[in-house]
Amino acid sequence: MAVNLFYFFIFPGLLFMAVVGGLLSWFDRKITARVQFRKGPPLLQPFYDFFKLLLVKETILPKHGSPFVFLLSPLIAVFGATMAGVFILLPLFGINTGFRGDMLVIFYLLTLPSFSYILGSLASGNPLAAVGGSREMKLIISYELTFMLIIAAIIMKSGQHFDLDTVIATQKSGTPFIGSISGVLLFIAAVFCIQAKLALVPFDMPEAEAELASGIYIEYSGTPYAMIKLAKYIMLFILPAFIIALLMNGMSPGTGIIWAVLKIIGVVLLLTLIRNTNPRVKIKQASSFFFIWMNLIVVIAIVLIAFGL
Amino acid sequence: MTVGFKEYCFKKSLWVFHFGGASCNNCDIEILDCLTPRHDLERFGILLVGSIRHADVLLVNGSINRRDRERLLELYNQAPKPLLVVAIGACGCTGGIFAEGNTFAGPVDKIIPVDAYIPGCPPKPEAIIAGIVRLTSKK
Repeated sequence: MAVNLFYFFIFPGLLFMAVVGGLLSWFDRKITARVQFRKGPPLLQPFYDFFKLLLVKETILPKHGSPFVFLLSPLIAVFGATMAGVFILLPLFGINTGFRGDMLVIFYLLTLPSFSYILGSLASGNPLAAVGGSREMKLIISYELTFMLIIAAIIMKSGQHFDLDTVIATQKSGTPFIGSISGVLLFIAAVFCIQAKLALVPFDMPEAEAELASGIYIEYSGTPYAMIKLAKYIMLFILPAFIIALLMNGMSPGTGIIWAVLKIIGVVLLLTLIRNTNPRVKIKQASSFFFIWMNLIVVIAIVLIAFGL
Repeated sequence: MTVGFKEYCFKKSLWVFHFGGASCNNCDIEILDCLTPRHDLERFGILLVGSIRHADVLLVNGSINRRDRERLLELYNQAPKPLLVVAIGACGCTGGIFAEGNTFAGPVDKIIPVDAYIPGCPPKPEAIIAGIVRLTSKK
């Protein structure tokens, strides 16, 4: 029990993921600034933002709407992100969680933050938030099938193993999955899925700073908004970590830790560059992008896996 | 110690909401200039946000006429406190050439409390940055 609480709250749980996620968020903002020939924020900027929202700012409840759901949904987001992160990071650090089928649990836990954002936005009673919430729903419907197919392909590639531990062990005993044609195709699809899950720029229509004035988060202020920021930091860390575990050999002890850090930074760099070089697409374009093109890529990858490529 | 930490975090992460009254747009352009690569206010942690609920600083520019007055009061009441208000440009600070106009409803400090004034028509981006630095070092 005490060990599980330690796993959840300290390492590799809430505290560790929040710190690493905050640093990755700084990295994302710094790279964005460098791409635009700016200087960029200082290293601890995400933590200043978080503590300002948590400690200093007032929390305002919406007049029309449900305050209970409005306040609960950021907590659900943080819980879902942390829980998924624990299940992803424990196998990565070589600690066996000891149950089969945890990839499916991770898949469902990873959708929890998005669902809670929808709940919170609809509970706030703001029309712009409602538009953002409906866009987020359409976005989830678009990318979830692709994400599920990617996980199915990984399960197939590892020889019908449903747990992350065995997937990492299979890659370590052989070659990493990304070292094959099907692995490269899966990586491309997974990067776009993560982009949509994090609501970064080509797929940021739920927030849409310019047209919806930050959409689903428009009514949040103070502590609940700090929780949303925390969930976003955590997601920015665990989703690249999930890709590392699924496709790129996970993490091995010793110098492998440096390699794992470099791999995660590489994936985040890729996400940031995609974010900075693309305009926001319409929700219809995002749907057809995932339904047609990304699903096609993953299905081709599955066919290739069936032929052992 | 804790109070110092809170204030430090607040000063290092000011999110700005921009309210343009009946402006001639020169101040708006100069405010946007501050966020462009040449001046880059993000290195001080300053971001432009789209929702008043996220704002720490309310930038007000342009002359405030009778209709703007209601909107400005509404925005001020909707914002989470603590909130800093900055009046930018001659119109925001004193009313400028519109001070005796028929529809003019008073400079910003007659409607809501103002923490900093940045005069100029329009103020240079350097003046705006200097004003914001003064604002953060005041408290």
